Amino acid sequence: MKFGVVVFPGSNCDADVKHVIGEVMGQPVDFIWHQTTSLQGYDCIVLPGGFSYGDYLRTGAIARFSPVMQAVERFANRGGLLLGICNGFQILLEAGLLPGAMQPNHSLQFRCMETFLKIENNQTPFTGAFAPGQVIKIPIAHGAGNYYADPATLAALEDGRQIVFRYCDQNGAVTPAANPNGSLGNIAGIINREGNVLGMMPHPERCAEEILGGVDGRLIFSSILKAWSAGSRCACGNSCGCRGERSGQS
Amino acid sequence: MTNQQREPWQEMGLTLAEYQRIKDLLGREPNYLETGMFAVMWSEHCSYKHSKTTLRLFPTAGPVVIQGPGENAGVIDIGDGQAIVFKIESHNHPSAIEPFQGAATGVGGIVRDVFAMGARPIALLNSLRFGNLREGRVKYLMGGVVAGISFYGNCLGIPTVGGEVFFDESYGDNPLVNAMCVGIINKDQLAKGAAAGVGNTVMVVGTRTGRDGIHGATFASEELGEQSEDRRPAVQVGDPFMEKLLLEACLELIHQGLIVGMQDLGAAGLTSASCEMASRAGTGIELDVALVPRRETGMTAYEVMLSESQERMLLVPKPGSEQQVRDVLRKWDLEAAAIGKVTGDGIMRILDGGLVMAEVPAKALTDQAPVYHPVAEEPSYIRQAWAFDMASVPVPEDLNQALLQLMASPTIASKEWVYRQYDYKVQVNTVVTPGSDAAVLRLKGTNKGLAVTTDCNGRYCYLDPYTGGAIAVAEAARNLAVSGAKPLAVTDCLNFGNPEKPGIFWQFRQAVMGMSAACRVLATPVVSGNVSFYNETNGEPVFPTPVVGMVGLLPDISKRCTMGFKQAGDVVALLGETKAEIGGSEFLYALHGITAGKPPQLDLEREKAVQSCCLEAIHQGLVKSAHDLSEGGLAVALAECAVAGQVGAEIIVETQLAAHLFLFSESQSRIILSVDSAAVKSLAELAAKHQVPCQVMGVVGGERLVIKAQKAKVLVDLSLQEIEDKWRGAIPCLMA
Repeated sequence: MKFGVVVFPGSNCDADVKHVIGEVMGQPVDFIWHQTTSLQGYDCIVLPGGFSYGDYLRTGAIARFSPVMQAVERFANRGGLLLGICNGFQILLEAGLLPGAMQPNHSLQFRCMETFLKIENNQTPFTGAFAPGQVIKIPIAHGAGNYYADPATLAALEDGRQIVFRYCDQNGAVTPAANPNGSLGNIAGIINREGNVLGMMPHPERCAEEILGGVDGRLIFSSILKAWSAGSRCACGNSCGCRGERSGQS
Repeated sequence: MTNQQREPWQEMGLTLAEYQRIKDLLGREPNYLETGMFAVMWSEHCSYKHSKTTLRLFPTAGPVVIQGPGENAGVIDIGDGQAIVFKIESHNHPSAIEPFQGAATGVGGIVRDVFAMGARPIALLNSLRFGNLREGRVKYLMGGVVAGISFYGNCLGIPTVGGEVFFDESYGDNPLVNAMCVGIINKDQLAKGAAAGVGNTVMVVGTRTGRDGIHGATFASEELGEQSEDRRPAVQVGDPFMEKLLLEACLELIHQGLIVGMQDLGAAGLTSASCEMASRAGTGIELDVALVPRRETGMTAYEVMLSESQERMLLVPKPGSEQQVRDVLRKWDLEAAAIGKVTGDGIMRILDGGLVMAEVPAKALTDQAPVYHPVAEEPSYIRQAWAFDMASVPVPEDLNQALLQLMASPTIASKEWVYRQYDYKVQVNTVVTPGSDAAVLRLKGTNKGLAVTTDCNGRYCYLDPYTGGAIAVAEAARNLAVSGAKPLAVTDCLNFGNPEKPGIFWQFRQAVMGMSAACRVLATPVVSGNVSFYNETNGEPVFPTPVVGMVGLLPDISKRCTMGFKQAGDVVALLGETKAEIGGSEFLYALHGITAGKPPQLDLEREKAVQSCCLEAIHQGLVKSAHDLSEGGLAVALAECAVAGQVGAEIIVETQLAAHLFLFSESQSRIILSVDSAAVKSLAELAAKHQVPCQVMGVVGGERLVIKAQKAKVLVDLSLQEIEDKWRGAIPCLMA
């Protein structure tokens, strides 16, 4: 399985994601420069964290116009696995690849801290290695993680089981006190309806090695590998992890 | 009174004698631009004219030193072909006027110093000093400074892993904002800030030059006063995104071997970068300001040469590689402008559209700056403070309350409010996170770890600058030792008042002497640093604050150690000796509002023995937790170990001292360890070998911290929850 990590001007978790995929997971991985226009040959694309284009104007607002984003959109529409972490999630929202919008944290301050997440849906290519309802420890680091969606969008997300992670306490209770940024319904990560594009604010690459104090994040990457090895036998032929249900689509 | 017409050189901060010296050096009157260039280069900030001779007292050599003071940053060898590049720098004056941008650009400047050497920055630390956090202005300053550091450092993707925040009224109007950056490099890729090779092109890259920050260096070299608000335009505005591009592009240029020399444009902008690069190489530079990309029209040569616009670098590419340099920069959407060339005549020649505007020997601006030998005289407050009768200090009736009060004192309280605004995990190397004695980073691809810390207790330095300076070094080293790291080298940021006052200069010299003595004994040479004088507001100086940044190495990162108690049943032991030393203590200040007495004394040989003993015990795998004793003494340190480990302890104290003295004395060279009960004997033997007192004090366990005296008299009995609530809640509550 081949991974690509997109590098926008101002990305700063690109090397971290590449380190985890390459050194920890032992998978082939390349940096993809933001001016690249083709993603041929890649099975999973990661939009990493950072401050693309300084996050000037609005988080992710400029990056979405980057040349690579047209290729990213085609890749996603073909069913390729696309993961946006932190700034990557913000870019996916701005690009319309995921619904909703990101606002500054309700504290109006940057927050770097450990959080707990409840796995709300383990039936996705990004979460298949988790147990249903599993509680994981994972760090956040962002100034704008206050997710918002209008009531109709939120209802659709709920109905489609598209809310994948919610902030919770150590015991899995989803409470206002466990919400680090004011996000609607404690949402920490969502997936698109088709199930191949995931955006999450927490950083799985920062908790994939024992020495850094936790390994829960590694399960995101092993989920992807698991889904891919199932999906590589998929009739759609796109190595997409869709298990064949999208084999009619293009 | 009539307004006297002041000469331009006076307005620019030069003295009559200095102006005369310029005339002598040039053999003529300098013109306006030349005067401006001399004024900034001969400012205290750039020339170190009052500190230079004293700084020579520092030991700067040692087996690990690759580059000592004088370059953009210091460099030390950590083996395996790798080196660590680091430096600390102040941004006090800008932060006093405009805390957000002042602090942000302070981070930007120190980061450029490190990547100018070709190193990739891997960590930031901040040493901050503020006044009384109950005052509105102080809250504003702290809020702004922390937000500015967060804004800039987070965007760059360099983790802010440590530092310190200390509070005292003396910093009320003049906060101290010292930023330290640590970078890593393969030794063979080290770059220098020298403009070598006659005929080579000189390029400026990065942000376009504007009118911001003109005479920032001069502003940094005077006291703050009523008119300081008018200096707001001398504070620069930071663009961390541009800096991130510049960082990546410059490292790529160095890795591709395209560069002869490179230097950041910081204080005194193009003037200092160009003449320092020329001066180091023994060359000259001819540059045309008309070729410098601008963001404003109608700028004069004077404005271009003195602008302190941020995020700019001066490059000297290898001959013939100009196009490759442009290509790399274009990849990062950066603009490179060839603005001049290296010359062989040693002259800084500034043109504007081909017209000569200034012609000054580069060395006249740098090496030939005046050097002063100010008068040093012990200030009268010292003897008065020492004469204070400690017996007059009331004995606390309730030691529980006294401890809780100390835990809530902002200097001791949790700094989570601060560091949760910093991204301390990016780069996935942060193994021991902020809030510890020292931060520990792994070095990817090796089993080694790097420990970093900053330390200084300005109150000790006020009461006895020699001892205070020595303690700053000793405590920094101790913080590394308890983390399992061997201390290697020092960078310092010397924050003082006006050195033209004999009392201030005495403080400065004493502190440097004390630091030098400690650096010698602990074998930690000074490899880089910065002096910040004139930290005074309306004539009132801050506490003398010589901040020590120190770097240490863990040969095996799996042997790292943290402060939190680990397991019920482990035995608590104290290395070192407790004396009745509450002079200058947090106990006196926080509970009684008193700053007096002599600070704790420091026996450097004992300090070294305690650290060696602790390190050996950690390396032998005997130690479960280790924590340095500092502000608040034994009781506070025990509470910190318990809260960090989320497990209590029962301690029995055997001492001839009064209970409150034993609990809150800040005697130096002490470390609390916890060890497996089976390891107590080995620890005792090790302590005996190092001739260090080692006292078994109690046992880890439960959810309370209980401290008893002989005959089972309970001195302290508090639930961990109660301690933690006070400690964690204090700063958020004050900042709310």
